[in-house]
Amino acid sequence: MREIVRFTAEEARPGLEQLLEAQGLPAADALAPRLRALVDEAFAGYSELAEPRAVVEDLTAGAFAAVLQPLALEPKALVVGRVYPRADALALYVATLGEAVPARIRGLLDQGSLAEGYMLDAVASLGADLLSDRLAERFAARRSGAGGNGLRVLPYSPGYCGWPTAGQRPLFQALRPEEIGVRLNESCLMSPIKSVSGVLVAGPPQAHRFRPDFPFCHQCRNRECGPRMASVLRPH
Amino acid sequence: MEILDRIASALRQGDDQQVASLTQEALLGGLAAGEILQRGLVAGMNVVGEQFKAREIFLPDVLLSARAMYAGLDHLKPHLAREGVVLRGKVVIGSVQGDLHDIGKNLVGIMLKGAGFEVIDLGHDVAPERFVETAQRERAPLIGLSALLTTTMPRMKEVVSLVRERGLAGKVRVIVGGAPVNADFAREIGADDYACDAATAVERVKALLGVA
Repeated sequence: MREIVRFTAEEARPGLEQLLEAQGLPAADALAPRLRALVDEAFAGYSELAEPRAVVEDLTAGAFAAVLQPLALEPKALVVGRVYPRADALALYVATLGEAVPARIRGLLDQGSLAEGYMLDAVASLGADLLSDRLAERFAARRSGAGGNGLRVLPYSPGYCGWPTAGQRPLFQALRPEEIGVRLNESCLMSPIKSVSGVLVAGPPQAHRFRPDFPFCHQCRNRECGPRMASVLRPH
Repeated sequence: MEILDRIASALRQGDDQQVASLTQEALLGGLAAGEILQRGLVAGMNVVGEQFKAREIFLPDVLLSARAMYAGLDHLKPHLAREGVVLRGKVVIGSVQGDLHDIGKNLVGIMLKGAGFEVIDLGHDVAPERFVETAQRERAPLIGLSALLTTTMPRMKEVVSLVRERGLAGKVRVIVGGAPVNADFAREIGADDYACDAATAVERVKALLGVA
């Protein structure tokens, strides 16, 4: 099944506390007025300009193996390569906020409004990541409806956990997200810039479990894998 | 309060209009542009950098101050050129090929400008050849590389290798930074230095280039 999904800006709008925490800023009630004004302006710009949309397509484990194959990497050397064989269902996705938000960010930075551009960029980065979560929720709901109760869905993306950004090329060839206006450049970066791509992996909670002892784990400082695994292992 | 202190103070407050107006006033009062730059704008940004490093202020505060600094610099630039004021040194910065994350790199650029360096920002997704060719063409003694992804970190080594291949080792230094990068990695790839944040980057660049 392949579908184009459109969200409203509000559905893909990160929370205020989420933004403040991500930026290392104080809680809303302790935020200096000039910083609060920046945050409010960024959220307003985001709501005005974001056009969140996605393309999602189910695929088999064999078809996903073919997406990884051109990388010439041992699949088990990647987190996603170790996880996907344990999945009950998989879906490729590409999602974007559209071109208007990045254009506004560039405009603000070019005119020297650095703080305003930075804050809108921060909101949009969280908003783009939120699209992966929204798609995972939809996929989980669909699989539950198909008798897949107890399944947990997590998105896995190129650029993270050993999956090279070059992995986006075969992913794009399989999914053809040009339909929603997303393209890859020669360095495998997406345009519009506030876009995300990856595979939704639906499986029992244990399917997402892995030991973070890959060679790249030693260089990783964000360590988001622990909380991600915990989020699917705890009872819903 | 002396006008240069008022400029530095307005800059710390992020008041770009006030900085612009005071800079003009200082120029009209006969102060040299180089002096206004060093004792007003750079002095103000130094304090901002220290406050940020001490976590007394936040990144958006730094950016508001940076805008104020640029407002002052806009007025100074033609005068600086006439006075023959030489900035502290030229630095080429960018996020490595395949990496689109440039907030950290932008901040380093802002702090370096605030410290009086000339910054050539190549943006993000920059090929190794472009870093090295720009440094050669611009006679810049330092390249700053940023990467946010573990999957793009190997590009840093390619730049270091290219600097050596072109016989520029020792003439063009390479400093690296970014979330997954650390001092061990910098040593491993043969980079000259590593900085864990923007304020430290300024200190390390000063040390590498031997400027006070």
